[in-house]
Amino acid sequence: MGVEGIGARVARKEDKRFLTGKGRYTDDMSVPGMKYAVFVRSPHAHAKIKSIDATAAKAMPGVIDVLDGKQLTADGIGNLICGWMIHSKDGSPMRMGAWRPLADETVRYVGDAVAVVVADSVNEARDAAEAVIVDYDPLPVVTDPVKALADGQPQLHPEAPNNMIFDWELGDAAATDAAIAAAAHVTEVKILNNRLSPNAMEPRAALGIYDSGDDHYTCYTTSQNPHLARLVMSAFYNVAPENKLRVIAPDVGGGFGSKIYIYPEEIVCLWASKRTGVPVKWTCDRTEAFLTDAHGRDHVSTVKMAFDSANKITALKVDTIANLGAYMSLFSSCVPTYLYATLLSGQYDIPAIHANVRTVYTNTAPVDAYRGAGRPEATYLLERTMETAARELGLSPAELRRINFIRSFPHQTPVIMNYDAGDYEASLNAAMAAADWDGFAARKEEAERRGMKRGIGMSCYIEACGLAPSSAVGSLGAGVGLWESAEVRVNAVGTIEVMTGSHSHGQGHETTFAQLVADRFGVPIDSVNIVHGDTDKVQMGMGTYGSRSGAVGMSAVAKALDKVEAKAKKIAAHLMEADESDIVIENGELKVAGTDKSVPWFQMALAAYTAHNLPAGMEPGLKEGAFYDPSNFTFPAGCYICEVEVDPDTGQTEIIQFVAADDFGNIINPMIVEGQVHGGLAQGIGQALLEGVHYDPENGQLLTASYMDYAMPRADDLPSFKVSTSNTPCPNNPLGVKGCGEAGAIGSPPALINAITDAIGNNALTMPATPEKVWAAAHAAN
Amino acid sequence: MYQTNYHRPSSVQEAVKLIGGAAEGKYLAGGMTLIATMKQRLAAPSDLVDLRHIAELKGITVNGRSVRIGAATTHHDVASSAELEAVCPAICALASHIGDPHVRHMGTIGGSIANNDPAADYPAAMLALDATIVTNSRQIAAADFFTGLFETALDDGEIITAITFDAPAKAAYQKFPNPASRYAMAGVFVARRDNGEVRVAVTGAGSNGVFRHQGMEAALAGNWSPDAVGNISVDASDLLTDLHASAAYRAKLIKVMTKRAVAAA
Amino acid sequence: MAKITMTVNGRQVSGTCDDRTLLVHFIRENLGLTGTHVGCETSQCGACVIHMDGLSVKSCSILAVQAAGSSITTIEGLAKDGELHPVQAAFKAHHGLQCGFCTPGMVMTAVDMIARHGSNLDEATVRAELEGNICRCTGYHNIVKAILAAAGEMGGVRQAAE
Repeated sequence: MGVEGIGARVARKEDKRFLTGKGRYTDDMSVPGMKYAVFVRSPHAHAKIKSIDATAAKAMPGVIDVLDGKQLTADGIGNLICGWMIHSKDGSPMRMGAWRPLADETVRYVGDAVAVVVADSVNEARDAAEAVIVDYDPLPVVTDPVKALADGQPQLHPEAPNNMIFDWELGDAAATDAAIAAAAHVTEVKILNNRLSPNAMEPRAALGIYDSGDDHYTCYTTSQNPHLARLVMSAFYNVAPENKLRVIAPDVGGGFGSKIYIYPEEIVCLWASKRTGVPVKWTCDRTEAFLTDAHGRDHVSTVKMAFDSANKITALKVDTIANLGAYMSLFSSCVPTYLYATLLSGQYDIPAIHANVRTVYTNTAPVDAYRGAGRPEATYLLERTMETAARELGLSPAELRRINFIRSFPHQTPVIMNYDAGDYEASLNAAMAAADWDGFAARKEEAERRGMKRGIGMSCYIEACGLAPSSAVGSLGAGVGLWESAEVRVNAVGTIEVMTGSHSHGQGHETTFAQLVADRFGVPIDSVNIVHGDTDKVQMGMGTYGSRSGAVGMSAVAKALDKVEAKAKKIAAHLMEADESDIVIENGELKVAGTDKSVPWFQMALAAYTAHNLPAGMEPGLKEGAFYDPSNFTFPAGCYICEVEVDPDTGQTEIIQFVAADDFGNIINPMIVEGQVHGGLAQGIGQALLEGVHYDPENGQLLTASYMDYAMPRADDLPSFKVSTSNTPCPNNPLGVKGCGEAGAIGSPPALINAITDAIGNNALTMPATPEKVWAAAHAAN
Repeated sequence: MYQTNYHRPSSVQEAVKLIGGAAEGKYLAGGMTLIATMKQRLAAPSDLVDLRHIAELKGITVNGRSVRIGAATTHHDVASSAELEAVCPAICALASHIGDPHVRHMGTIGGSIANNDPAADYPAAMLALDATIVTNSRQIAAADFFTGLFETALDDGEIITAITFDAPAKAAYQKFPNPASRYAMAGVFVARRDNGEVRVAVTGAGSNGVFRHQGMEAALAGNWSPDAVGNISVDASDLLTDLHASAAYRAKLIKVMTKRAVAAA
Repeated sequence: MAKITMTVNGRQVSGTCDDRTLLVHFIRENLGLTGTHVGCETSQCGACVIHMDGLSVKSCSILAVQAAGSSITTIEGLAKDGELHPVQAAFKAHHGLQCGFCTPGMVMTAVDMIARHGSNLDEATVRAELEGNICRCTGYHNIVKAILAAAGEMGGVRQAAE
């Protein structure tokens, strides 16, 4: 590795602009004549719209127009869709209700958009939005997914009787039931996975610009995948055909899943721009974000785990109800199914698994993928169950896990996944050593003398990243392929531009992707530019989510680099009258191995473009593209250990140490990988300790609609983390990388809850483990 | 935010005159609550009269154990006042934990008291310190000042100019913050005079705002030690229940915070 | 409408805005300094932190008219002559930022924090002082590290100059 190559701890190229206030986010965009949109949103969780009267609003100062759902429908704008088809176990397709970008007949959650005001300023638009008179006929409300499935409950969509979207299963029910019946011990638990709000710090925004001269639209938006946005807006929402629609996702301030989806607002801004003849910008405020950004998690599950007399797991049976909210968001259906149940084997050799998942409509915001997406739910369920079982069986948590680890690879689980490589015990040992597990008893005793309850907990997670190959996900219902594209352009002066379909919104692609090029050609990373996030610059791409940018996005770059390298060597060989198989590239030079002959990289590039002296038949120029479709998922795994102290007087939990030992395969930039783990841990700890979306069950009002009521992790809630990595290279991609973006959020919640329940001696605790809950559980135990 | 008209007086007299001439005027101190409330369109004053540029409202004077804090003194200035620290470190510590550093640079003691948020910290200190709220027209004992949730004894147009109190022998404030807002979920200010008199004031927990707890005061007057409140019961029936904490849990926290405040005093 | 004048990053600027215009919007829209961000309405996230008359404040909780006559420093005014401020440099060296959205507020907060505490900062103090700034990307780990490093460096620089 060079100082800037693969594996180097390179400071980020993109940092300077962010540190000096020169980042360019969607809300920073300003174009001549631009006006501002404010949405009129339903204050009711469920109601019929009787009428909308915008007469007074339209007459207010600065107002350009007020547009509603009937106009949108009349203009042929289509319904929002869910792009992953799931079939119920009876073979019937999922029951998708209509989601209008602006509701024209019924509103189904608080925040459902019904109209948009376009005005000279945000303040004037907001003034007018208050003056839009919407006459609602309120309907009964249901927010609880278990209740929503029962007879006699309010019905959200006529397509979905009893609010059930699908009733899906995976695995062998008969084998699982038989193993449970024959078990020496069965551990049964009920698991709740709390609903979360993603809370990227940059609120969503969209700027729609319609150019009547060319009948062309431009959309600046806060997207993790601008190409997918363009595809969906063209193919399904009838905004404009792809050649008439440019989508740009400039600097994006975090996503965590919430900016994968195509929401009503960007569609409406584009449509309103054509309707009004002015560019229209909308910027979400935080309360709107709490109301309308797709939420995450929200599962209710029951679990049975069966053991034989040697404490080997013989079966796992899971029944899950997943709340999908009022509408099916873009990938909502795959999260509690193929991203969840397929991971229920965890790191363990489990002969029989059966999972049944019912998904439900409720009068709440749509739920979709949030950092980890299904995998945190699977991990939390499994690792809480393992901890409970260890306590019931009288084994140490590590011992029970060691007994059940998968130890030979590849390993076929009973739930689709074929694990390619891993060494779970190595991570467990590393984590236990880093946490000084053996010294815990003494520390607990010392804490006891101070009147504090100390506990320790672990979690062994596995996840699947880089969903693939496209043919496989297609057969499971995906509406898209999950490859990635890249194009490498070597300029005539030898500088390099890499176009990628991945999108960076904090991950540092401008640095790590450049490291890949620097590693290959020995050129400085400053001579490499990474271009992403603009459908006019990058032909097509699938974006960034599911920890896929390394394994899939960078692999596409690597493939394109292979082609560039091959052509560059041909040119150099020709220039030096050598055999191309003798050419090596080092330190920015193409050399003839074993001689002192060399051509500088820039000179080779210039030769490619002057084309005065190229091999016979070779096209001028040096630009190569690649589409990369992986052959399998990647399987990062690891072990997390959390040690806490609980104040028995208040129930306050303090995290004393948090250890993460991850196996991400090969690592391009350890500094960035560590940063990804830190961030993931903070979100997982947030879920376990602080965060939870709450609706009033009576009326569906969102009770956690600002940072006054939704507890975000702050610096003093968290410790400094102890992170380390081991490396079992992924055999299924050219770089041997696995993905690291979500691991922290996947593995951490159960480690923390296992630690708190260990401290207080009561296993009955739900997330978030607020001080009051912990206090009550601690006292119930005594 | 709705339209409003901004005014910047340089004297108390001018401020009072400006508010008198406004349809629905409000004084704007640090604005840390008022601006946020206006942004959410929950308040719509026709006029804002900014108090940040009135010199006579600022500053801290300590004379022996007698303390005067100008109403427009920021939390930051209270927290970092060496003079105040020498006689009543508890109020400096309290101020140093209000909001965050940026809020403390703008927010003022007068603004906090006039707003009387049931989860604000200063009202507990005022009650426990037996402070006097000085206005442009009169002096009001803290005991008479805080009249309910966001309600005070201030008349329309009346303006707090200063807070005065005699520093007690011992005092401390302990709060258990709401995990989300970081406002007090239960905050207890204890103060003990040389004559043995004890005051215990509780914020963040009462369903009618800040209050004193006579039971704990009596117990602590008899025995100034954390253990003294061990057998005192805190009645949960007048306490708040919300998303973050039940009344019963708040009752528990009040006792714990009282013990810790006594230990810290 | 109000006509206001203030000093921003060392330059006197004037502009016209509604009395209800927030300082952050005046800075972003009237002055075109979009480095200062808005991440919430309840004065908690700290993406809007700037310095007003030498102290860190939340520009989303102050009216532009309130700031008339004052001296403002925004993130754009920190680097001098193309050189990153030591706090900016430390954030880069220690990977104290990911998506960059909270970063301007974090950096302005850190500069204020170091000015008040000098090089005596410890981890617990830094974490407590960050109460008014929310980051969703970094888990704060590297932000804390960067601030401590910058405090050490700036303390060292100050000592050397004395």
